[in-house]
Amino acid sequence: VGISSRPISAAALAAAVGARTDGAVVTFEGRVRSRNQARAVLKLHYESYDSMADDVLREIAAEARDQFGAGEVAVQHRSGSLEVGEVSVAIATSAPHRAAAFDATRYVIEQIKTRLPIWKREDYEDGSSSWLDGSVPPETEVRVADSEDEAAL
Amino acid sequence: MTLDVVPIRVLLFGYYRELAGAGEIELELPAGSRIDDLIAEIRSDPALVGIPSAPAVAVNRRYASGAHVLAPDDEVALIPPVAGG
Repeated sequence: VGISSRPISAAALAAAVGARTDGAVVTFEGRVRSRNQARAVLKLHYESYDSMADDVLREIAAEARDQFGAGEVAVQHRSGSLEVGEVSVAIATSAPHRAAAFDATRYVIEQIKTRLPIWKREDYEDGSSSWLDGSVPPETEVRVADSEDEAAL
Repeated sequence: MTLDVVPIRVLLFGYYRELAGAGEIELELPAGSRIDDLIAEIRSDPALVGIPSAPAVAVNRRYASGAHVLAPDDEVALIPPVAGG
């Protein structure tokens, strides 16, 4: 579990999970795609708050095990520059049966999208680049409401 | 020993880091200051007014609320909207 500056793959993680009592292993890979919102992507750069991101990935993996009864959860996310087609996130979960393995895998990727402290800049073939819009982690939504209350006073 | 100011290290990432031109800034705030006070102080720099008034914040690598009271040598990070996956 953790952030990696070197290539990752779900196959490598799948080989590392699964006790003899686990009959199901589900893997997921996110890869850099060549187009985003009609723009031709040349490269993607991930900037990560490494020490916190490692902690958050461990928390998410533990939650997936607890909530769905998954056996083992392995997850890695890339940092640094990635070419089109490279794997940006890899997940492998094992469980006694398929439903828990699918559910836990889906949970891990959705939570990564919501709260993993990592940011994505796309470099385009026309030479421009931009930071991609992301999700505001849950704690912040409460704070936005707080500040609006203060502004109203 | 009681300090009347607390030294705080603030980490910046992504778009916020580019606004600041640095990944880290150091500030001193009056003892008892909260995260919201820290954000107001940071945004008083014209270059950093583009940071929202209530950004997501982590203290010592955990998400925290604006009411969190800062302790000496806390590691604070301003977290732009996250875009993993």
